[in-house]
Amino acid sequence: MQKLADLLIQKFAPLQQLPAEYVYLVVQVVFALLMLMIFVAPFAGILSWVERRIAARMMDRVGPNRVGPQGFFQWIADGIKSLLKEDIIPRAADPILFRLAPYLVFAGMFAAFVTIPFSSSLIVADMNVGIFYLIAVTSIVVVGILMAGWSSNNKYSLLGGMRSAAQIVSYEIPAGLAILVVVFLSGSLSIQDIIKAQGAYPWQWFLFDNPFMPVAFTTLFISSLAEGNRTPFDIPEAESELVSGYSTEYSGMRFVFFYFEEWANIYLIAAVGTALFLGGWQLPPAVKAWAVSTGGALGVILPHFLEFVTFFLKAAVIVFVVIWIRWTLPRIRVDQLMTLSWKYLTPFGFAASLGVAVWMVLFPNGVPLVHYVMCAGALATLLYFFYRVAYQVWYSRQPIHLNPFV
Amino acid sequence: MAELRTEEMLLNMGPQHPSTHGVIRFVVKTDGEVMSAAVPDIGYLHRSIEKIAEKATYNGFMPWTDRVDYLAAMNCNVAYAMAVEKLASIEITRRGEYLRVIAMEMNRIISHLLAVGSLGMDVGAYTPFIHALREREKVNDLIEELCGQRLTYNYARIGGVIYDMTPNWDKKVLDFLDQFEPLLNEFDRLLTDNKILRKRLGGVAVVTREDAINYNFVGPNLRGSGVKWDIRKDMPYSVYPELDFEVPVGTGEAGSFGVVGDCFDRYMVRIREMSESVKILRQCFERIPPGDHLVKVPKKIRPPAGDCYIRTESTRGDLGVYLVSDGSDKPYRLKFRTGSFSAMAIIEKISRGMMVADLIAFIASLDIVAPEIDR
Repeated sequence: MQKLADLLIQKFAPLQQLPAEYVYLVVQVVFALLMLMIFVAPFAGILSWVERRIAARMMDRVGPNRVGPQGFFQWIADGIKSLLKEDIIPRAADPILFRLAPYLVFAGMFAAFVTIPFSSSLIVADMNVGIFYLIAVTSIVVVGILMAGWSSNNKYSLLGGMRSAAQIVSYEIPAGLAILVVVFLSGSLSIQDIIKAQGAYPWQWFLFDNPFMPVAFTTLFISSLAEGNRTPFDIPEAESELVSGYSTEYSGMRFVFFYFEEWANIYLIAAVGTALFLGGWQLPPAVKAWAVSTGGALGVILPHFLEFVTFFLKAAVIVFVVIWIRWTLPRIRVDQLMTLSWKYLTPFGFAASLGVAVWMVLFPNGVPLVHYVMCAGALATLLYFFYRVAYQVWYSRQPIHLNPFV
Repeated sequence: MAELRTEEMLLNMGPQHPSTHGVIRFVVKTDGEVMSAAVPDIGYLHRSIEKIAEKATYNGFMPWTDRVDYLAAMNCNVAYAMAVEKLASIEITRRGEYLRVIAMEMNRIISHLLAVGSLGMDVGAYTPFIHALREREKVNDLIEELCGQRLTYNYARIGGVIYDMTPNWDKKVLDFLDQFEPLLNEFDRLLTDNKILRKRLGGVAVVTREDAINYNFVGPNLRGSGVKWDIRKDMPYSVYPELDFEVPVGTGEAGSFGVVGDCFDRYMVRIREMSESVKILRQCFERIPPGDHLVKVPKKIRPPAGDCYIRTESTRGDLGVYLVSDGSDKPYRLKFRTGSFSAMAIIEKISRGMMVADLIAFIASLDIVAPEIDR
């Protein structure tokens, strides 16, 4: 962003009279808004369509398929519909807090997106406390949810809000510990530095760096699911117990804000997992050299585009797994959830940090053999997984529509 | 620091709620998660079916019996028909008996599918519910071919059943059964072997053997608590003495935290009963004799004055019909005794000290259907 802002100052003479910091500020805000409008908001909407289609195929149905090709514009239709709905606010609801809560939830979530990289220089704000800022700012969501639960003047909402606050706050700790592990390895809190410390090939990712990293990855993944109120941790929204939890009294666009936050959070989970453990946007050097060598404007755009595609594909795999888990597993009860966090994930997080710290003292430069062995193990697991999938497809003996676009 | 004054919350799991199975109200006193009491409040679905029986003729009352428990409509039809036949001393043909048993067992399968599916959905597993409904659709199509209806069948008549099988219907049902059993295994693997489900249902809302008998449990709820009692085996009626099937009983099998009589046992009993029903259906189709499906009965049946009590094993347990006749063509008093009503009695006792989420799992595992409670 700095370079782009300098470029603008050179090109446009009037801007040179302002102090440079103001130009940087405006440019950064404009880019943040652009990123939100062009990427995050459409992505959250499209993700709602993707989730409905995937859920439907898993349930042996089809999903939305009327509005546009394969129902692709369903999310636009839903958005327009909710904007046109009557603005209902319960008479006894707290007038200020009720209106404020969705915005807080929204803001807390989207403020975290400024530190998500799209490619090696496409990032809105490459802060040197990047990942720390991310965890901190997503906790604003708790305040919003508590406000929503309390101000609805509804016992169910209150229950849902309390449960959600307890859940999110409890799972911050294992998530923070897992992220700490990555910070040990990379030596920096900045997300771009963390990605640059990894390589493009799987054995250069942090995930396969030493045997404690998969533990950290699993802890981070489960904790992020819990922070995002996704099944199996969706007790705050458990439809069968609390109607809709903290968002019961909301209708129209305010209701959509809460679920928008949930879908955007899925991408956040995936992006954090990709950036920290799966090598982010790193391209193999040969591919990058080829992309740069195409020359001219394409030579500038193409490497960034390829990096974005790499990042996006890795994040998409995690997004798919998150959606898959939601529609397969039942939800766990609130006390089981607390037990899981405090008695299992937090000790795992501590064990992982201790293990990685000891590993780094013993082997300051890493052990390539361990990397290759762990990669081989992961590949074997993946192959076994596909074998099981093939077995299940054969075993069902039903006419299975393998084409997802029935 | 002063003592914080805390109050208990009076929560109304009201008549409109996504997961009470029907229209029941629970008045729950809770401090947020742990309940101190959950008192059921029934009566929202009372439709005076028993009173209407006193105004409807014996023949004309059959559609009303469907609505007593719309998920086990065949069983209610047959129970009522058996009561009238016993009072009026009408013998029905063997083929009629077999057709009735076939219809009842198919109804048992789909009712258990719905019960197990909605138990999964209440606990948070949305997908197995839809898979169960997919199987239900296939059976609904088969039953529609048999009697024209998908939910409230009005199939039994006093003297037999109204329609015979269409040609090749038995082959279609056997084809369905052939593909149903592997799907039952698949469904099982999605729900039964799921550790989260076992932790949610294992050890939750344990109903001991003594409590189950004292509080008048029947059907799969009773068998889930370890009591081996099934009217089809212990007080057999119709052609059940000639059929060979097992009676599954709960054995506390939810892993290390399972106790005999918990929610998981009741769930497993229903899963096993579905396989047993498939066995019964196959035997029925082998043994069904040719013949008439309906005996001639007078248009206005006037049973002699007297009373009788019929017990059948409906999907939710012991469905009892008590019929008093005074010699006219309308019943003098008709009473249905249903399994769901019996299951409501213990909820208040067990719910003390339970969590709200467990109450949902408990109600779902009891397979309560609200119209059966209120009639």
